[in-house]
Amino acid sequence: MSPAIVFERVSITYPDAPHPALTAVDLTVEEGELCLVVGRTGSGKSTLLGAVNGLVPHFTGGTLQGSVRLLGRDTREHRPRDLADIVGVVGQNPLAGFVTDTVEEELAYGMEQLALAPDVMRKRVEETLDLLGLADLRHRALRDLSGGQQQRVAIGSVLTTHPRVLVLDEPTSALDPTAAEEVLAAITRLVHDLGVTVMLAEHRIERVLQYADRMVHLSSDGRAESGPPAELMVTSSVAPPVVELGRLAGWTPLPLSVRDARRRVGPLRERLSHCAPQPRRRRPSDGIGVPALRARGIVVRYGEVVAVNDIDLTLRTGEVTALMGRNGSGKSSLLWALQGSGRRDRGRVAVVAGREVVSDVDLRAGIAPATLNPATLDPATLDPATLDPAQGRQLVGLVPHEPGDLLYLDTVVGECERADNESRANAGSCAYLLERIAPGIAPSQHPRDLSEGQRLALVIAVQLSADPAVLLLDEPTRGLDYGAKRRLRDVVHELADRGRAVLLSTHDVEFVADTADRVVVLADGEVVADGPTADVIVSSPAFAPQVAKILSPQPWLTVRDVQAALAPRTATSGASTSASSTSASSTSTVAPS
Amino acid sequence: MTSTTTSWGSRRQGSPTRPSVRQRARRLPRGLHPGAWWLWAISLAVAASRTTNPLLLAIMLAVTSLVVVARRGDAPWARAYRLYLVLGAVIIVLRVLLHVAVGFKYGDHVLLRLPEVPLPGWAAGIQVGGTVYVEGLLGAVFQGLRLATLIACIGAANALANPKRLLRALPGALHEIGVAFVVSLTVAPQLADSVHRVRRARRLRGDTVRGIRAVGRIAMPVLQDALDRSILLAAAMDSRGYGRSVQAPPRTRHTSGALVLTGLMATCIGTFGLLDAQSATVLGLPALLTGLVLAAAGMGVGGQRVRRSTYRPDPWRAPEWATATCGLAAVAAMLWVGYTDPSALTAPLQPLAVPALPLVATAGILAAGLAAIVSPVPLSTASTTPIPVSPPVTERAQERPRP
Repeated sequence: MSPAIVFERVSITYPDAPHPALTAVDLTVEEGELCLVVGRTGSGKSTLLGAVNGLVPHFTGGTLQGSVRLLGRDTREHRPRDLADIVGVVGQNPLAGFVTDTVEEELAYGMEQLALAPDVMRKRVEETLDLLGLADLRHRALRDLSGGQQQRVAIGSVLTTHPRVLVLDEPTSALDPTAAEEVLAAITRLVHDLGVTVMLAEHRIERVLQYADRMVHLSSDGRAESGPPAELMVTSSVAPPVVELGRLAGWTPLPLSVRDARRRVGPLRERLSHCAPQPRRRRPSDGIGVPALRARGIVVRYGEVVAVNDIDLTLRTGEVTALMGRNGSGKSSLLWALQGSGRRDRGRVAVVAGREVVSDVDLRAGIAPATLNPATLDPATLDPATLDPAQGRQLVGLVPHEPGDLLYLDTVVGECERADNESRANAGSCAYLLERIAPGIAPSQHPRDLSEGQRLALVIAVQLSADPAVLLLDEPTRGLDYGAKRRLRDVVHELADRGRAVLLSTHDVEFVADTADRVVVLADGEVVADGPTADVIVSSPAFAPQVAKILSPQPWLTVRDVQAALAPRTATSGASTSASSTSASSTSTVAPS
Repeated sequence: MTSTTTSWGSRRQGSPTRPSVRQRARRLPRGLHPGAWWLWAISLAVAASRTTNPLLLAIMLAVTSLVVVARRGDAPWARAYRLYLVLGAVIIVLRVLLHVAVGFKYGDHVLLRLPEVPLPGWAAGIQVGGTVYVEGLLGAVFQGLRLATLIACIGAANALANPKRLLRALPGALHEIGVAFVVSLTVAPQLADSVHRVRRARRLRGDTVRGIRAVGRIAMPVLQDALDRSILLAAAMDSRGYGRSVQAPPRTRHTSGALVLTGLMATCIGTFGLLDAQSATVLGLPALLTGLVLAAAGMGVGGQRVRRSTYRPDPWRAPEWATATCGLAAVAAMLWVGYTDPSALTAPLQPLAVPALPLVATAGILAAGLAAIVSPVPLSTASTTPIPVSPPVTERAQERPRP
């Protein structure tokens, strides 16, 4: 085997950046390998992937030192378009990279540019349609496809040119678990059957790790280590639950897949058989746990399509509810309908409690309550859709799927001040919240220069400055690394402990297992399951978290639970000292039950 | 291309609904060559530009709409025709408002007396305020209607043919222009999406500011979004090999660039001459033809070195010829009437009378409507089979009791 990708002492510095994005990276990927790139948010994963086919620096600007060679071709002499016949690149957002309008044309586009003969093109399009299971969609408009379908079309559109190297940037980040498996199955098939070299970056390592032959770990200073996944995972700054469980149990070499772990789990299961999972958080008491939001008969339809079909939902104070379901099952539509800003064709929403019970332990401690006083309003009329937006957001706050849409000023501090004005809150309350949620953001920074996690934190702070009784989060974990997710978990738990109701939609089963008290599963706009997290997700083949799969039939959900059970009984559950949450849970103030 | 029918070749070519026997006996559904639709639509637009006769314009609008409704597909761009009609209506209203505000008023039948601002003598042709007459107002309405019809014709072309498919014909010498076109054509509809998203998001912040101040708050995120998307798309095109074989020496590039530019300018002048009945004859068809020849030559020179192939190229067969002929018939009829009986093409305003309905012109326009019959039914873009839906996971979950 000869090397497919060779990085030699590569450093990349973007203009105006204080330090290089990549520093002296040496990397060799052999032909036919699947190479997984991991690292925290902002550690340069996208830069590394972009450098493979020369988009960095040809397209993005910046300077590259050292050399990148792709099957012998140096990116200094070859522009991305000159490498198109040997490397295919799929970006994070497939829709943004589509050049044509229909599936079939998109598959053919790359081949047209390479001037392949018409009969070859015709044959390869059909082969690719079959390989990725797209035959039924061939004439469909790309914009009307679901996320998983779009991702498969994007992969197919670069495959038709028969590249020997495939570069994928977060191919499953926007997909539900089932669609992600579909895409990963297609990728592994390419590696195994066709010998394609694949380099991919992924935040949800648990989905990909078991397929990787090589791993590249990028640290925050832009340095890279590369090696076999099992070795690098011992010290990696980001690790999936299966690895964390392996670290906890002291297994060497570390297991990378559920299957590996299950073969070794015997003794651990034995130790755990004597204890049951401890209650995860303080159970509701004194005024907490009463209904906060009652929705009856919610219907949302777009033309012929019924997105939300007659849903009844009650959210309780102090409870974190996760909304799951495949792409297009109506999660976002339901959230927007509940908030009242989005479309709602039928149904009533009433925010019946939540603010009055918590006035003394206000998250904005020491800040005067907002002007809207629920006591003066008839509870039956507390529908955020009927109030004006400024009042509606004091009842129900929503953080949308694209948090950046809410930001339009050019500094963080400007956004915070504007939020205080909009919420009629005291000056400084939004900045105070932001500091609590994500410490250390420079006030003069431009919101667009923040990392995904920081931007999300800013928008959450903006929405919380109105102190809503109910907070809705639409896909908050997209683009977050494990550390950022843990911080988000703590923020959400703190809100719930202070009597707010939280509803979040997500595809991330590990985050749900770690965060939610209750799970609601939507399919086709209807609720198909609703119950405590453990009951709903443990036995589900698609939604079960890794720890549950490993320790099945015992009902454990997260490494934290296992650790709490193994730790001496004097330890409190909230301040557990799990390797996963040492830094994160220090802010948690939950008392033992 | 026709010889490559493999075992897959004819699969899924049929319409999604099972065709009846009678339908099957007729032509197979397929997309008409976009060039044919554009030729047809531009012909109609040229015809419309020659007349202010409201009857003829109304027939033309009806014919255009009929063809669009009969032959547009279900692709996203096909939904835009209504927008063009709305735009046309807005233009008529604007034209009337302009006439009332600053237009030169004429006629005998007083409609509305407005105060007039006296202007110096050199400002002849502009009249701020003043009495509005029925004749002048109708003249403005008909001129607006003409422009609206032109716009509807262009809208019809956009709805019937995917503009991006036309760009396939663009020679490699115009690589950068091609990128710009594709990016703008792709990002423009996404812009509408992001405006909608941002406006919705503003309500989440309780921000109900309207008017000019709101524009800034919406424009910032939307424009940034559009910029990001444009760069992403351009990068995607580059990494998929767009324009990879453009390695023409500078001299060839300059020659072809000069030829294309001169050609396009001549085409513009020619089009203007053709549309403006008062200009010299030499500015019309001859200039247009010269321009087209020059542009074609330039593209030929520039495109020599480009190696690119076309996947399932649109064939140009009998229906294409028929459709184009239908459109050209309308132009020919209109030109002929304009030559023999020019007064029939204008609405009689002084004195006011019912406009004439010249037989030849009407027949020509109706002939253009035949395009709805001679062109094939478009291919449906919908899925040929329903998307498979896997059973909800929780069903299985409930079957297995928890230990």
